[in-house]
Amino acid sequence: MKKIVEWAEIGPMFSDGVSIMFGGFMGVGTPLGIVSALIESKVRNLTLIGNDTAAPTTGIGPLIDSGQASKVIVSHIGTNPVTGKKMIAGELDVELVPQGTLIERIRAGGSGLGGFLTPTGVGTVAEEGKQKLTVQGREYLLEIPLRADVAIIKAKKADTAGNLVYERAARNFNPVIALAADLVIAEVDEIVDVGEIDPDHVMTPGALIDKIVVRMGG
Amino acid sequence: MDAKEIIARRVALELNEGDIVNLGIGLPTMVPRFLPPDIHITLQSENGFLGMAPLEGEPLPGIVNAGGTPCGIQIGAAFFDSAMSFALIRGGHIDVTVLGGLQVDEAGNLANWMVPGKMVPGMGGAMDLVSGAKKVIVAMEHCTKDGEARLLRLCNLPLTARSRVSKVITELAVFKVSAAGFVLLETVSGVSIEMIRERTEAGFAISDDIKPMPLYS
Repeated sequence: MKKIVEWAEIGPMFSDGVSIMFGGFMGVGTPLGIVSALIESKVRNLTLIGNDTAAPTTGIGPLIDSGQASKVIVSHIGTNPVTGKKMIAGELDVELVPQGTLIERIRAGGSGLGGFLTPTGVGTVAEEGKQKLTVQGREYLLEIPLRADVAIIKAKKADTAGNLVYERAARNFNPVIALAADLVIAEVDEIVDVGEIDPDHVMTPGALIDKIVVRMGG
Repeated sequence: MDAKEIIARRVALELNEGDIVNLGIGLPTMVPRFLPPDIHITLQSENGFLGMAPLEGEPLPGIVNAGGTPCGIQIGAAFFDSAMSFALIRGGHIDVTVLGGLQVDEAGNLANWMVPGKMVPGMGGAMDLVSGAKKVIVAMEHCTKDGEARLLRLCNLPLTARSRVSKVITELAVFKVSAAGFVLLETVSGVSIEMIRERTEAGFAISDDIKPMPLYS
């Protein structure tokens, strides 16, 4: 299967109503070219799953601003006033999840697990509607797995087989969402020949990556 | 010295050589400035690294703190993904977290992530941090801007975590949280116990060896 694709092929990979996991923490590690392609594609009614909604003009922010998202599942919206405004206006459904719980739900979703038990959120609003279990005298919340239709990843480097290397703190959610979606697209700064990345240095194995696109102007 | 600096200088004395520390946004980020020279700590940043340092020179791609602001790294730093980052946080691998607070109560409950109808930013990593760090220090001004108490019998804002606060450090006093409630350990010079009582809704015991609050200077 040919993994390396052109930008013109990206937009048509999405349709109305899909759920999308995105990498990035305050926009660092978010595939900005794919976000632009999503805006141009005008797909709507998206569910966006990631750490935060960044700011109106950074990271995933422009997709909130454009009104194409109907729901976000994130740990933080405080840096993007547009998210809050749309939430209050009833235009955007916001599900807030503690960050450690969110990433572990995604990991569970991609790892064949039926969920996990976490102490995070016990005694807070985060426990509402969840099953509580006591194990060895400590209370835990049962958290269930999370998956998406598509994951969009930003990496520094890929080889032609899709093996990925991330840059510093731009790694964050990226390697984990690569496990948990039916279609996994990576936007990278450069593509090198297979064999050029030391197998010991591969951070996400190419077997998880379906499509690779090289950053525009990169 | 303003209230925030008093608090930051006192918090700095809580940290021990070799501690792995996660600092919340705002006041807690002032703490490393006041570390005694013989104390070396490693700062964890929830977005995925150990060994955070102040920015020196031009920002490098991909290195930002948990507020998204460019920062530096120490020699020997390590980057990892968010699942590893929160395994460290929940798993007891963080010795101390220092966080701001809106309210703390006698049971060691902390409220610091939302004010219904006013501020709903999301909890980010705060619930995990407070649940998992070995020691939770709340660094906050003793009262709100309107003079309302923040050390309460029972928090009335939504909780960040239940019964996890070890110590509360304000510009007036230091309290530990015991199974029986707050214990006053230290007061700033010139501050009477009566004055602290007036500004504290919660009840508190007074430590047998109560002492003046030391500040690193």
